[in-house]
Amino acid sequence: MMLLFYLAAAIAVISTAAVIVQTNIVHALIYLILSLLAVAVIFYVLGAPFAALLEAIVYAGAIMVLFLFVIMMLNLGQHTRDEERSWMTMQVWIAPSIMAAILLAQLVNVLSQYDQELTPVRVGVLEVSALLFGPYVLAVELASILLLAGLVSAYHLAKK
Amino acid sequence: MFTLQVGSIFTIILVLAVVIVVAAMLIWVERRLLSFWQERLGPNRVGWFGLLQVVADMVKIFNKEDWIPRFADRFSFVLAPAIIMTVVLLSFAVIPFAPNIGVVDSNVGVLFVLAMASLGAYSVMLGGLSSDNKYALLGSLRCAAQMVSYEVFMGISLLGVVALSGSFNLRVIVEAQADGWYVIPQFVGFVIFLIAGIAESHRLPFDLPEAEGEIAAGYHAEYGGIKFGMFFVAEYVGLVLVSSLITVLFFGGWLGPAFLPPIVWFSAKAFTFIAFFILLRAAIPRPRYDQLMNFGWLFLLPVSLVNLLVTGAIILSTQ
Repeated sequence: MMLLFYLAAAIAVISTAAVIVQTNIVHALIYLILSLLAVAVIFYVLGAPFAALLEAIVYAGAIMVLFLFVIMMLNLGQHTRDEERSWMTMQVWIAPSIMAAILLAQLVNVLSQYDQELTPVRVGVLEVSALLFGPYVLAVELASILLLAGLVSAYHLAKK
Repeated sequence: MFTLQVGSIFTIILVLAVVIVVAAMLIWVERRLLSFWQERLGPNRVGWFGLLQVVADMVKIFNKEDWIPRFADRFSFVLAPAIIMTVVLLSFAVIPFAPNIGVVDSNVGVLFVLAMASLGAYSVMLGGLSSDNKYALLGSLRCAAQMVSYEVFMGISLLGVVALSGSFNLRVIVEAQADGWYVIPQFVGFVIFLIAGIAESHRLPFDLPEAEGEIAAGYHAEYGGIKFGMFFVAEYVGLVLVSSLITVLFFGGWLGPAFLPPIVWFSAKAFTFIAFFILLRAAIPRPRYDQLMNFGWLFLLPVSLVNLLVTGAIILSTQ
């Protein structure tokens, strides 16, 4: 099980890095989908099958499809690829690398102090649903109101 | 002797092999049935009743030049047919064929099938986009909208069954139907799932992504050889998948009178739906694209939501 976790984690990290360095936007998107699916596997291994499949259905299956849909209609060709390549100079890497290195050092520091073994607790669909419609019902309702507002405004913009 | 057990290697290989062979043979079944309904003969030359026609076609497809257009984006062009084949075959992992036949006994089986169905949209989209061809692009645009929309109704129509059985596990759903098939209390859900299932597997009459009369085979216009073969066979595997899902969710899966073994009941039910889908292809013309989308959002969505509300109310009041 731990092997599966590290494998999925490695795929997630590598494919996320590929998303950043890819200049072809469609390939970058494919790597992003791969990264999301790897995170879904991580959720599953850590004992949250419901979260894992929602990650696959909602993020990889619905939101990324819409991204691809928009890219298809924009018709980004060689021109964008050259532009992306010209932006990707060595100077751009300096500041983000320093900040990421600090963050990584902190993470390693925290993880090295946390020495107890991680025991996955299986959280089934029923437990998640009971929480969503129990203590967190207000948050769920607020999120749905937000989505409804987004839906109505998208409809209004498309109607213009 | 090998014993049939859920999740044993032998069962996994058996399921994979049977599904692929059945899907390939469906090409012949479909052509013969269509010709029967249209009062012609159909393929009857190669082998007994033309049974070897599929083998001949496959040999031809394997021998064709595996060509990639120079203007195509190689990476996504090659990836696209592999995605659809992988996701439809993976979906069979959670289907319970009989009490002792199946690959995984998953507690989130229904969600897994929905996740795989939504990932299948990438195949058609990437295929059309990477072909760099206007007809292919039109086809994949249509397909993206169609699959994303009908996925919603497919998911909502299933929720009635999930609420009645109280589980996302397909095996539990089958066992919960021992007292009566869910097609009776969930008839509306069944009809919506049927329609959404055809739209998801983009078969006639909902094959707008590849409407050969208007957009010249659509998203796979540039594909040939074995890559086209993958799209082609994956469509039939998808047909088997939708039929199996309808059998499991609404028609009691392997359940039936004991004079026949469970797997025979499952196959008989699933094949009935396959034949029904082929009959639909022969009987109904293709709708226009806006008609398809309007029908989905203005009719199927409200009906499936009302169905879910009524189901929930009845479950609450009878508890």
